Amino acid sequence: MQRSRRLKLLIFRWVVLVVVGVFFLAPLAAMFEFSTRGNAINAPRTLEGWTLVGQTPGLVKGIIVSLELAVITPLAMLVLLLPTMVWVRLRLPSLKRIVEFVCLLPLTVPAIALVVGLKPIYIWIEINVSPLTQVLAFAYLILILPYSYRTLDAGLAAMDLKTLSEAARSLGAGWATVMLRVVVPNMSSAILNASLLSVALVLGEYTVANLLNFQNLQVEIQYVSLTTSNTATAVALGSLLFAFILLLVLSFIGRSRGRRTRAEEIIPSSASSAGIWGQRV
Amino acid sequence: MASTTAARPSGGRRFSLSWVGAVPFFAYVGLFLLLPTGIIVVGSFFTKDGSLTLANFADIDKPYIIKSFTNSLIISSVSAAIGAVVGAVLAYAVVTGDPNGTLRRLVTSAAGVLAQFGGVALAIALIATVGSEGFVTKFLLARGLNIYAGGLWIYEPIGIILVYLYFQIPLMVLVFLPALDGLRPQWREATESLGGSTWHYWRYVAGPLLAPSFLGCTLLLFANAFSAYATVAALLTQGGVYITLEIQNLLTSETEQTQPGLAQALALTMIVIVVLVTSLYTVLQSRTSKWLR
Amino acid sequence: MSENQPARAGVEVRLEDLSRRYAGVTALNGLNLTIAPGELVALLGPSGCGKTTALRLVAGLEEADGGRVVFGGKDVTGLPANKRDVGMVFQAYSLFPHMTAQQNVEFGLQLRHKSPDERRRRAAEVLDLVGLAAHAHKYASQMSGGQQQRVALARALAIEPTVLLLDEPLSALDAKVRARLRDEIRRVQLEVGITTLFVTHDQEEALAIADRVGVMNAGHLEQLGPPTEIYSRPATPFVAEFVGLTNRLAGEVKAGKVEVRGTQLPLVKPDVPSGPAIALVRPEAVSMTADGDIAAGPLVGTVIAVSFLGATSRVTVDLGGGVTVLAQMPTSAAAATPAGTRVRLALREDPVLIAREEKASVDA
Repeated sequence: MQRSRRLKLLIFRWVVLVVVGVFFLAPLAAMFEFSTRGNAINAPRTLEGWTLVGQTPGLVKGIIVSLELAVITPLAMLVLLLPTMVWVRLRLPSLKRIVEFVCLLPLTVPAIALVVGLKPIYIWIEINVSPLTQVLAFAYLILILPYSYRTLDAGLAAMDLKTLSEAARSLGAGWATVMLRVVVPNMSSAILNASLLSVALVLGEYTVANLLNFQNLQVEIQYVSLTTSNTATAVALGSLLFAFILLLVLSFIGRSRGRRTRAEEIIPSSASSAGIWGQRV
Repeated sequence: MASTTAARPSGGRRFSLSWVGAVPFFAYVGLFLLLPTGIIVVGSFFTKDGSLTLANFADIDKPYIIKSFTNSLIISSVSAAIGAVVGAVLAYAVVTGDPNGTLRRLVTSAAGVLAQFGGVALAIALIATVGSEGFVTKFLLARGLNIYAGGLWIYEPIGIILVYLYFQIPLMVLVFLPALDGLRPQWREATESLGGSTWHYWRYVAGPLLAPSFLGCTLLLFANAFSAYATVAALLTQGGVYITLEIQNLLTSETEQTQPGLAQALALTMIVIVVLVTSLYTVLQSRTSKWLR
Repeated sequence: MSENQPARAGVEVRLEDLSRRYAGVTALNGLNLTIAPGELVALLGPSGCGKTTALRLVAGLEEADGGRVVFGGKDVTGLPANKRDVGMVFQAYSLFPHMTAQQNVEFGLQLRHKSPDERRRRAAEVLDLVGLAAHAHKYASQMSGGQQQRVALARALAIEPTVLLLDEPLSALDAKVRARLRDEIRRVQLEVGITTLFVTHDQEEALAIADRVGVMNAGHLEQLGPPTEIYSRPATPFVAEFVGLTNRLAGEVKAGKVEVRGTQLPLVKPDVPSGPAIALVRPEAVSMTADGDIAAGPLVGTVIAVSFLGATSRVTVDLGGGVTVLAQMPTSAAAATPAGTRVRLALREDPVLIAREEKASVDA
């Protein structure tokens, strides 16, 4: 490349990155400011906003419930989805397309629209199963299907499932053993990947919880923000940073497998192809 | 696990109960995905007492519904268009660097997070920044600049569009980057050796090659904004300005008891629009992947 | 171009003292090369030797840190690639995927504002030249690798460039296609009469089609000459070992000759200091006999393997003490000595090159 062109490109890149960088960092900086200062621009810096979180029962409850959901949902996803995908690959290959279609369906159904149909079902659940917020896991499982499916599918494709399972079975292993001791260890990064993504999604989910009248983390943050903005801002910023760390960890997990994967293939192989409909934004 | 109790085909017999292994999954999905969708479809076309009707769709004609749809379409299109252009430029700035370098990793990780940066956190962030008590607002006020002299625009469509850009731009970076990666340096060099300039390259080679992907990604951004609920719900206290808020209104208000079908009809309309847009996107993507593997 | 038109007179291409450095590494160290009009020069060498860098400097895709590039007396060093009037064929991904073969070929003409009729005529002409007239309306994804490269060649020639540059055009292709296509390239090049620089790491390719071969190593030219000379009279140990096969036999330099296992061999460069050295002996210079009683000796050993190569065969002989020698001979001569036969070798008294460095050559 000619030197003059290289220089022009460099300038272009710097300008773009700086301008866009400022655009994106400003709100984050503002959130940090808001949560650590009083209300006046010259008030002393304080961690009051952050420490008060522990004293706001609503927020604490919200954090706990969401964390519980963040554990339940990926677990339930793995228990339901992984064996099914393995089974389909090994025994029911003709169903693969259908399963794929169904799993990617939630991408085209906006969460807000889905909630309209979920409402009557949840009314029934509230009466007959449990009124606890944790029942949100049922809906969340559906929401995380597309991303989980894609990630797990990539992981399954990377291992020779047929050969390995046949080898294990011929040595006398039952299906439980095959799943736990052959499949899972060989796709640990895909499983971790899918789980972390699910966690990020669950922690940020607002739409379904709000419209079904449950109080999860984001709903609580919103509620509290109407009165005590410092604390709410602190938690919001915290949940964002937490998600960022999660995804950063993700980008390194995928890499450590040795494959030369580009960063954006890991995180958004799920998130990117259709964005995240409605539940976060 | 159901599969362990499925009948093992005894030697020679082709009949197998393998399909039983797929039942748990389909039962679950049927209950929590297909059933709700069915409820929406049924609810749209049937009245409370069970007779087939199109009245719910006729209600869409009401001025406030039309206004909501229009508002939603406008902010979706504009935020998609701006997000697409800015995102594409940013993606180009990233892709021209080291493919394994820190900048790229940082930007893509950040984009991954920010594409999900929506709803409550974003609303709070925006209010903290440019709300009436926001730091940037106060900062500028202290220097004599009142950005709200003409009215509190952050809650107007223009403000919403600005807010939406915060997840539209990162999303564009994520979905458009692979296409940019697919541009082989040999094409640039071939164009040069054949006598073409930078302008010729973009006009005849890179432009046409990237066009389907760019268009498809813009559509994606449109569908994303169109479906968005949490951000506007957190920002606007009054309901109904956008179609997603309209649905919220219907679900949480008492009028829902007398008019359940409208919510379903609106939901179904949304689904149809999003499905159409997503299908278009898929078609454009397949064209792109053929050229830019 | 049809047979009725005389081949265009080519243009002389001169590389004067070309240098290029990246990030502290000297990729090219003062390269001097003159390509005669209509000549095909192949730059041959291992990866990293600077051959591709040299080509890209001639093309103008990179800027030289020192030296000049001259086309027919005109200094083009300061010109960017799109003003140099070169035709370039890349190793892979040459063609624009969204255009048909014909559109690809017409592209350069389109940039030169030729009329549609003239573009079509010329495109048909060059596509015919490379034998792909029937594939004009196909896209790259519908063509084989060999066909794609032929279209790339047609595209480069359509604009009637001053010089043709080929950057390892055959490396990404199957072996069989490679052999056929390299002859095609040569045929076309001769017919058009264009001055050509061809870069490759495959010595067979270079020796087969070039008028002259330049063997490069670590940024400089080790030897430049016709293929036969490069092969049979290598000027340096590197060339001897890179081109063709070589036996490395320990010996001792004494009085202008090197003694290898009892045989005195003349030296290519007689004024080498005395002392231990490694003689580089070509397999064709080693002959073999199994007749009669083979008494022990420094050149006596056992056949380990015989590789059948068609008209000739290569025999691997173990001389004991970890030393193996390759001998190449007509298959009829090798037939009588299957693996396990005890044989005596003889070294033909051709002048040999000496290597002094002890390379760790335990591997083959």
